[in-house]
Amino acid sequence: MTTFLGVPLRRHAHAPESPLRGTESFPQAARRELANPQLRANLAHATATIRAKRAAVVGELADWEALRDSGSAIKADVMARLPELLEQFEAAFTARGGTVHWAADADEANRIVTELVRATGADEVIKIKSMATQEIGLNEYLEEQGIAAVETDLAELIVQLGHDKPSHILVPAIHRNRTEIRDIFVSEMTGVVEGLTDDPRELAMAARTHLRRKFLSARVAVSGANFGIADTGTLCVVESEGNGRMCLTLPDTLITVMGIEKLLPTFADLEVFLQLLPRSSTGERMNPYTSLWSGVTPGDGPQDLHVVLLDNGRTNALADEVGRAALHCIRCSACLNVCPVYERTGGHAYGSVYPGPIGAVLTPQLTGMQGHDDPNASLPYASSLCGACYDACPVKINIPELLVELRARSVDDERGGMPGGWDAAMKAASWVMSDPKRFAAAEKGLQLGRIVAGRDRKISTLPPPLSGWTQSRDLPAPPAQTFRAWWRETHPEEQA
Amino acid sequence: MRIAIMATCLGDALFPDVVRATVTLLTRLGHEVVFPAGQTCCGQMHVNTGYLKEALPVVRHHVEVFSEADYDVAVAPSGSCVGSVRHQHAMVARRAGDTALTERAVAVASRTYELSELLVDVLGVTDVGAYYPHRVTYHPTCHSLRMLRVGDKPMQLLRAVEGIDLVELPQAEQCCGFGGTFALKNADTSSAMLADKIGNVLEVRPDVCSAGDASCLMHIGGGLSRLGSGVHTVHLAQILAATREQPVGAA
Repeated sequence: MTTFLGVPLRRHAHAPESPLRGTESFPQAARRELANPQLRANLAHATATIRAKRAAVVGELADWEALRDSGSAIKADVMARLPELLEQFEAAFTARGGTVHWAADADEANRIVTELVRATGADEVIKIKSMATQEIGLNEYLEEQGIAAVETDLAELIVQLGHDKPSHILVPAIHRNRTEIRDIFVSEMTGVVEGLTDDPRELAMAARTHLRRKFLSARVAVSGANFGIADTGTLCVVESEGNGRMCLTLPDTLITVMGIEKLLPTFADLEVFLQLLPRSSTGERMNPYTSLWSGVTPGDGPQDLHVVLLDNGRTNALADEVGRAALHCIRCSACLNVCPVYERTGGHAYGSVYPGPIGAVLTPQLTGMQGHDDPNASLPYASSLCGACYDACPVKINIPELLVELRARSVDDERGGMPGGWDAAMKAASWVMSDPKRFAAAEKGLQLGRIVAGRDRKISTLPPPLSGWTQSRDLPAPPAQTFRAWWRETHPEEQA
Repeated sequence: MRIAIMATCLGDALFPDVVRATVTLLTRLGHEVVFPAGQTCCGQMHVNTGYLKEALPVVRHHVEVFSEADYDVAVAPSGSCVGSVRHQHAMVARRAGDTALTERAVAVASRTYELSELLVDVLGVTDVGAYYPHRVTYHPTCHSLRMLRVGDKPMQLLRAVEGIDLVELPQAEQCCGFGGTFALKNADTSSAMLADKIGNVLEVRPDVCSAGDASCLMHIGGGLSRLGSGVHTVHLAQILAATREQPVGAA
């Protein structure tokens, strides 16, 4: 079954430093990130802490598996009827005094937001942490148009002030420790108290002073949305710090950018997701602030309300089984926190605002994989397929299976061109392994390994591409006799 | 019971001691062991690297060999190869549009077991009468743990071994970084994961690090050997096969 919303497929040219595409392959980027011991220490500490918190609160719920099943079923329903639900949402949101805009891609979404901000005469907007606006590179676009976008989420602010990129969906500054944050504040914030230490409370107070000025002066806010409710036209943001609520209530104009997959059919469905999301993401039973808004209320909150419904590759993803499964993602980042690859490399190695296991599935789906030189074609291989992500996913996205399918597509897309080393090796191995005589002959060839290994019976250097193995591990010498040969010798009666 | 050995390509070619130990153990428990001739490989490497077209003839061959052989259940001393048989073979056949092969693959998978599953679930035994007087830590391996859900069956078996000093591996459930061709395609990340796994192994100062997968042990063992750590890797089957009369040295 395919669902097509009528939005044309737009192939993006290789834009360097695009929010969804890095400039180098995952193995290259990972090599650089792995060389930073501070980064690895920060990541190991942070992910271990979040993992433990999550495990504890998930363990409290006797019906956790049933909740995951419900979440998965609701998301499957949303994907199956997305066009209908989007229209229902548009009608309900409009009826309550909001304006709905449709954006086929990042450019269109950025233009819509810019025009809306310009119409207010403001040259500064305050922002709630949002993956959708990161995905389209909104801050950078606004800056080019002379509009300053100020992040108000503490971690996002640290990244912004540090002229850095987020490296985690939920904890964008996970790769930074307190001392690094103190240094960023001292050099980038105006009016920082003399002798600021790296005490968390002092750092929070400095950020609060900085942000309060922004909250009280801003006339326009930009947010994302965790959920959009189709039947009531309600938008929902869940957060921990209250900065979001300030943005959602103080300014006159509120512009929300939401991926079209974020819908839930009914208000009652929130019950499931408000249990799944906080436990999976921050390891909390409930997030401290849940804000819901449905249209304009005269004299209370923003009077000018907009939502930009963002496609940006989602319709293409939806028309495809892997893509559709990936669109179930509620951006909780539980898969990142349990992923042994992410824990070592951090988010920057993925080159996309969506890092980690789900990013390795979602990013190539949103952008397409354009040949083996495309950095995004290396993402499906950035996993040992250990399966921890699938176990952690609150909506049961079978990430390892999706990764294998994307690998298969990447391989199939390249067929017919010049075969590479891997193609040749895999073809040869297939030829050998699908026939017992050829297999036995190949095993004889292994005896060469005994000579290479020498007297200590281990191999410590191999030629490329096997040199990747011997950079950190030995290989045992092949045994003198295979199991097959031993069996034949000990069971002569079977040699009829 | 008539039990077919699935040696796996790695077990056959590089770790015959592991497969022989499996045979020894099952024979000691009173079962008849057969080795379906002509078996080669499960094709997992091809599937996991994205070469599904190349995996198809390998899968077809495995399914044919194990459909035609005469046995009650098949066993492999490898969680990941059994995971491949159970979760990938039908998928590969289905993707190729071969309904007959899909059905046969499902049938083969339904009677193929990983060693600890076979012993505990099918044969109903946890004490296999083994004797192994060494300090052992156990790495549960990702595919046994999360694809097959073997749970603590390997630990139940090990706890019943006489003389064993079993020590818990810190962060046991974390991947060792092998991942088949992942170890080559993402060699740096794989090495970083291995370094942490080895750090955890060395922390509990065992004589032996064991697991239910020769492939993971090849990875961990390769790292331990490079460090000259003196810690050996021994497959679960080898520990369970060891007795006072026939001890298994740390290989």
